[in-house]
Amino acid sequence: MTIHLSILIFWPLVFGVAGTLVPRNAAPVFALVGALVPLGYAVLMLFDFDLAARGLQYLTDDEWIPDLGIHYRLGVDGLNLWLVALTTLLFAASALWLVFRPPPRASLFALHFGVAETAVLGAFLAQDLGLFVLFFDLMLVPFYFLVGIWGGPERIAAAVKMVVYTLVGSLIMLAAAAATAVLSARGGNDLSFAFSDLVANRLPESTQKWIFVAFALAFLIKMPAFPFHGWMPDAYRTMPLPALAVFSGVVSKVAAYGFLRVTLPLFPDAVHDFQTILLVLALLSILYGSVMAFTQTNARLILGYSSVAQLGFITLGLFAADNAAAGAQGALMQSIQHGLVVAPMLLVIVLLAERAAGSEDIRDMGGIAFRAPVLAGLFLVATLATLAMPGSANFAGEFLILLGMFNDQQVFAFIASIGVVLAGVYALRLYIRAMHNRTGPAVTSFEMSVRDGLVLVPLVLAIVAFALKPQAALDHAEPSVKRAVAPVLQAGGSQQAATEVRP
Amino acid sequence: MIAFAQAAEAAKAPHIDWGALSPAVALVGGLCLVLLLGLARARSVRTVAVPVLTLIALGVTAGLSVWQWNDNASIIEGALAMDDFTRGLTLLFCAAGVGTVLLSWRSAAAAEAGEGEYYALLLTSILGMVILVAAENFVVLFIGFELLSIPLYVLCATHMRREHSLESGLKYLIIGSVGSATLLYGLALIYGATGSTDFSGVAAAAGEVSDDPLMLAGVALVVAGLAFKASVAPFHQWTPDVYEGAPTPITAFMAVATKAAAFGVLLRLFDVALISTSGTWGPALAALALITIVIGNVGAIGQSSLKRLLAYSSVAQAGYMLAGVVVSTRLGIQATIFYLAGYVLMNMAAFAVIVARERETPAGDDISSMYGLGADRPLLAWPMTIAMLSLAGFPATVGFFGKLYLIQAAVDNEYAWLGVAIVVGSAISLVYYLRVIAAVWMRPASDATPVAGGRVPGARPAMAGGSQEADAGVPERRHDTTLDSLEIDDGEGTAAVAAGGTRRLRQPEVTFVAVLCGLATLAFGIWPDPLFELARDAGAAIASLV
Repeated sequence: MTIHLSILIFWPLVFGVAGTLVPRNAAPVFALVGALVPLGYAVLMLFDFDLAARGLQYLTDDEWIPDLGIHYRLGVDGLNLWLVALTTLLFAASALWLVFRPPPRASLFALHFGVAETAVLGAFLAQDLGLFVLFFDLMLVPFYFLVGIWGGPERIAAAVKMVVYTLVGSLIMLAAAAATAVLSARGGNDLSFAFSDLVANRLPESTQKWIFVAFALAFLIKMPAFPFHGWMPDAYRTMPLPALAVFSGVVSKVAAYGFLRVTLPLFPDAVHDFQTILLVLALLSILYGSVMAFTQTNARLILGYSSVAQLGFITLGLFAADNAAAGAQGALMQSIQHGLVVAPMLLVIVLLAERAAGSEDIRDMGGIAFRAPVLAGLFLVATLATLAMPGSANFAGEFLILLGMFNDQQVFAFIASIGVVLAGVYALRLYIRAMHNRTGPAVTSFEMSVRDGLVLVPLVLAIVAFALKPQAALDHAEPSVKRAVAPVLQAGGSQQAATEVRP
Repeated sequence: MIAFAQAAEAAKAPHIDWGALSPAVALVGGLCLVLLLGLARARSVRTVAVPVLTLIALGVTAGLSVWQWNDNASIIEGALAMDDFTRGLTLLFCAAGVGTVLLSWRSAAAAEAGEGEYYALLLTSILGMVILVAAENFVVLFIGFELLSIPLYVLCATHMRREHSLESGLKYLIIGSVGSATLLYGLALIYGATGSTDFSGVAAAAGEVSDDPLMLAGVALVVAGLAFKASVAPFHQWTPDVYEGAPTPITAFMAVATKAAAFGVLLRLFDVALISTSGTWGPALAALALITIVIGNVGAIGQSSLKRLLAYSSVAQAGYMLAGVVVSTRLGIQATIFYLAGYVLMNMAAFAVIVARERETPAGDDISSMYGLGADRPLLAWPMTIAMLSLAGFPATVGFFGKLYLIQAAVDNEYAWLGVAIVVGSAISLVYYLRVIAAVWMRPASDATPVAGGRVPGARPAMAGGSQEADAGVPERRHDTTLDSLEIDDGEGTAAVAAGGTRRLRQPEVTFVAVLCGLATLAFGIWPDPLFELARDAGAAIASLV
């Protein structure tokens, strides 16, 4: 069967634009249709995907801008298949949430929401560096508006801070991408941004280095990783939660995916050279994020800093560079898992705040589980998945990452395991302070409505399903991940060989 | 009589290819007709027929340019190069001119100066631009330069009853004259060093005298003279003041068309006549580009007047485009032309919105005039948003590809650090572009409070200039002097103005310009092929490069 990725990408945008033309209260429904169809499409793709085939599937390849060497090239392989599915799922869930709880100026919200989904899907599916950078930068625009228009107090400052921070990285990446294409074309090749052409004409190691630094900076800021997370607290504090659910769930994953898709295959020598620095940054992210998550009282920030820690784990796995590519597989798995978990938890904060007199501070909560057992149950599942309870997919992911590290870099693996323990501390603290403990003075506990359940139950079911059968994603991902990591292993091998020969 | 005929024969008038010259002829004819028609007594002729005739003249000029496309010729004994480079830029000038005419339609400036004179001066300036970018000879170049500048000095001061406008015109006159003199001196020195005023002659001789102090001094003075016009730092200081004081449609014209003309002549002069000495001026221009990018972007950050903000932004953009000149390859020329084309569109969109709001709100061109725009006026809010995103270089706008093209050109010719400078500049620029977007979408109209000082009320006349029905209930002649409106706005008036001072005016032509340019910015950001074709053809016309 033919699947057109262009439809998948631009469907949300079309419905977002259409949503501005219809009456205000119909706009969220348009956004929902705009998000549900891609979800259906993605699920279809999961079943239709040919496990045996190598390389990209459902390829769309057109020349777009010959003068700049940019192709309109989209494709799916094991690296992005599940991330696309995750994106469509989270956007659909958030869109449903918006139908039940429409924000003010709903049609404008629906438009930015649609643009956001289009940009994220575009970034995941692009098989051309120029196109990837374009969608990567475009992602920022809708979230700027979502924070700036619908955010809480201090929203404008937070929005500007977020955009300036992350776009600095993105713009440097733009220059680096242009340099990659121009310099690869030096040997008489046509100017081309297509990943396949860039891999074929890989740059010399000295050039790779500074270009890699630019890309790594962009991705680390976007994740965010310590010490580039300065924009995160303000943005998390003010972003409307349905938007934050997709932002935290998938936008940060685009950065992790970028490492896997762009930097590992294109700049393997540089990756090998900078491996230790990246691993140290990843460890610092894990420790810093965990400790900060433990000290915060704002529920959003607890999840924000926990994301920093989780993305530290993901970075750790990406740069483990072990022979079986277990680390990178674990990182991909962890990306999906973190997205699945963080989105429902952020949405639950809305419900918690409703019961705690509008406060998102865990000091004002407590005892909410008393009359809301279903809500508490759902929240507990998500919490346990966060702290990598054995049996959860998070456990499988972290296990793979640590396995990949143990093979090569035991010290890092040991320190990283502290992070696993700390995750238990901050996740349980959030759950206990919110749900149990003494009932807060302003807390009125009541069960969640069917409508909220319609959004949350499927998400939690997805967590459970994924925990039961993480192998499904791994089967798809393994060959592609191995292919992405292979150049780094080669680079490491050749350098090792070189050093062995020298004495 | 016989002697005269003999003399004429002896002088041997040069052959003129009227077909190739036709765009310039159309402009001359247009400006004469407009000037004559402006003498008519009937108000309807002056306010309707004159602008329409100006639009027709611009349309004919553009049409003739397209008609002559792909027909590169050097005419009048090598004085003018009517090639695709000239014609591509002529199209940009005409586009900018059409936008300016539409923005001026109801402005007080045109009425105060006399419509005939106002629009005739505008056409004269465009004629000067065409001659300037077509010039292949120093004398013609200088004639074009002055023909461009002198009408602009007058146009800046057309809003006669506002002292800022007069101040702006005077300032521009003085600084522009300094620039002209510097340029002329430089041209004379280059002539002295090379012994030729023709670009081809200079190019042939320049290689040998590239280290001649006479030549170096000449090139330096030429750079300084043109840098004044292109507002390249450190010769940009006049820009914010003049832009702020001039009537906003003229500001738009200066920001867009003058810049395009200045870069057109920079490209032709440096990449044709002086190409063999690129080793000497390349690093100097690169340094200027860097300084310009930094100064423009940093200067714009603190501005609250939108016209000043866009003035500094235009300085920064000049820095980006100068990078395209510096690399002195065909790719560089193409990237510069591409960027210029996009630059015309995005700035026109932004200025159209400023003009509209200046007339509608008491805040003038202050950033607070944008408050609440997103909720009330999507047709103005979106073009402004798109223009700002494009200027900042966000994807899906033409500005993104423009920057990418410039960076590619820079990296391609060993100027990778200029590419980095462009992105660092863009990163700084986010701070102020995003502030404008935030004002449009994220602040309610009630936040707007008039800024203290005379400037804001002073800007008010623009809104009173046009539609009569909107002026009902406003005290007669309140727009005549700054002092008058100051008195009205002082005291308890300020609060009332903040809440209820904003009115909707019917100005469809301004909205049209904003929406059209905004849409074009977006459309070329998704399908930039036509602009690339324009850039390719224009670049191909300059044969001396690879």
